[in-house]
Amino acid sequence: MGANTVLSDLDLDVAAGEFLVLLGPSGCGKSTLLHAIAGLIDVDAGGVEIGGKDVTWADPKDRGIGMVFQSYALYPTMNVERNMSFGLRVAGVPKTEIATRVERASKMLQLDALLSRKPAQLSGGQRQRVAIGRALVREAQVFLFDEPLSNLDAKLRTELRRELKALHRDLGATMIYVTHDQVEAMTLATRVAVMRGGRIQQIGTPGAVYARPANMFVAGFLGSPGINFIEGAAAGAPAVLGVRPEHLALHPAGAGHPEAEVTLVEAMGAHEVVWLDLQGQKLAAIAPSTGAHQMGDRVGVRMALDRAVLFDPVSQERIEGPAGAFQARWR
Amino acid sequence: MSATMAPRRRMPRPARIGLYVFLFTAALAFLLPLYVMVATSLKPMEEIRLGNLFSLPVKITLAPWAQAWMSACTGLECGGIRAGFMNSVAIVVPSTLLSILLGALNGYALSFWRPRGAQAFFVILVTGAFIPYQVMLFPLIRALAAMGLFGTLPGIVLIHTLFGMPVMTLLFRNYYAGVPHELFMAARIDGGGFWRIFVQLMLPMSLPIVVVAVIMQVTAIWNDFLLGLVFAGHDWLPMTVQLNNIINTTTGERLYNVNMAATLLTSLVPLTVYLASGRWFVRGIAAGAVKG
Repeated sequence: MGANTVLSDLDLDVAAGEFLVLLGPSGCGKSTLLHAIAGLIDVDAGGVEIGGKDVTWADPKDRGIGMVFQSYALYPTMNVERNMSFGLRVAGVPKTEIATRVERASKMLQLDALLSRKPAQLSGGQRQRVAIGRALVREAQVFLFDEPLSNLDAKLRTELRRELKALHRDLGATMIYVTHDQVEAMTLATRVAVMRGGRIQQIGTPGAVYARPANMFVAGFLGSPGINFIEGAAAGAPAVLGVRPEHLALHPAGAGHPEAEVTLVEAMGAHEVVWLDLQGQKLAAIAPSTGAHQMGDRVGVRMALDRAVLFDPVSQERIEGPAGAFQARWR
Repeated sequence: MSATMAPRRRMPRPARIGLYVFLFTAALAFLLPLYVMVATSLKPMEEIRLGNLFSLPVKITLAPWAQAWMSACTGLECGGIRAGFMNSVAIVVPSTLLSILLGALNGYALSFWRPRGAQAFFVILVTGAFIPYQVMLFPLIRALAAMGLFGTLPGIVLIHTLFGMPVMTLLFRNYYAGVPHELFMAARIDGGGFWRIFVQLMLPMSLPIVVVAVIMQVTAIWNDFLLGLVFAGHDWLPMTVQLNNIINTTTGERLYNVNMAATLLTSLVPLTVYLASGRWFVRGIAAGAVKG
């Protein structure tokens, strides 16, 4: 794009009916990739195929796609019904067919009572549903979502997230979804592609990407609170151990486990996040909310090393091999 | 028991008085000429000859107004300023429509479609707004004459449209810059092409700024003197030029009351436009600045 290369050497295959999430921080190129798939940006090299058809130079409207934007992008001067039918009217679809499709989509999204309202008279959640409905009536092969839930408040976000998941189940359509929220990625995706700096770091099912991250960036990006990194060595070479907070168990001090001091306790309601100082390294552990841990307590920390992952500190890639061989290098 | 409220901050008395004096003086400076004009236009010539500029008319007469409208002499003809009024309307209406349409189209294309060289084109266009008319007069006369449009109504409409384009393009481009780009992208995904998106989506959304543009163009083109004088030709002289002719034509005595009446008649249109739509002007500017 202009003088910047945002994406280079990117290969992506999306299977029919899958829900692929492009996950990554701001500026990683995920939105650029989505817009390139949609045809809103021209590619400088390579191509795009949808449903076996080469659409690299096709107009967005001829690619068989529907798109939902972060800011809903509803036409402000038209009511809901005309917003949803605009694309069909442009394409010259017969009026009866338009009416059928709009009715079906509005029923699916509980919009039938709102058809004559203008976007300014709708709430945020309703507007997003209309945006989804506008994509639905196109009966597209592929649905593209550009951070559609980012503008909504937390409660509405979780509600609509579940509705999207149900929608995918009911329609069985291919969906490509861009977000920086790893919770959305984990709950919605059949496969997650973690991106950084214009490159895909790892693609896999949410479970695979979570349990066996390909590098330290992917490990650190998924999971909240983030994975703990401990510096040390394994088999004579420097290594970094990645162990998730839920795989640290806290025991009373003096039972033979490495000792740590509790620096902070965050009460989350259902559980507690206990921040520890383990001989100079800062770690997070998840504990049940019994209130047993207070600031300043000394605890013993047991790590489930069979669930941990080893990384090379220089390349930041995962090292294969059992984590049991890891020797921590405490400061 | 409520806590003691802090005393409301009030301007100190002397400062308040000073402010009012200033405002009063400024208002006076603007209103006094207007008062003199209205008063003079309602006086018969006997009273004006007495020389008292600021006095109220003793005997109010509308004869100067009738004379200005229908029988004042603009050079050789004595048909009043009425002909000029019709000419001005015939010039202003198409010029306003065309310049706003073209400005909106330009602003839309530059904002959303961003063709190659759009930035350079825009800079050149806006620079044109800063070149004084006088510099371009002679080349334009030659060009229009070569096209056979010099001294015709289409000619003067073309001139006003051209001169209005830089400001109108700027106005609409800045307005469309405030429209979220995602809206445009959604319309493209829905299959909208250049014209459909413009007519069905952007124009309906542009109502606030169109009102601003109409007010600006109507007042600018109606009040214009130079371009009308040079390009309109004898048959299409606008009201402003006719007014100048009335004032400069003397058959013996200077008829001040007729001149004042003619001036007031000429300025009635822009004045009405402002009074009727000033509220919309402010709303339109504000709507362009803050996009919901």
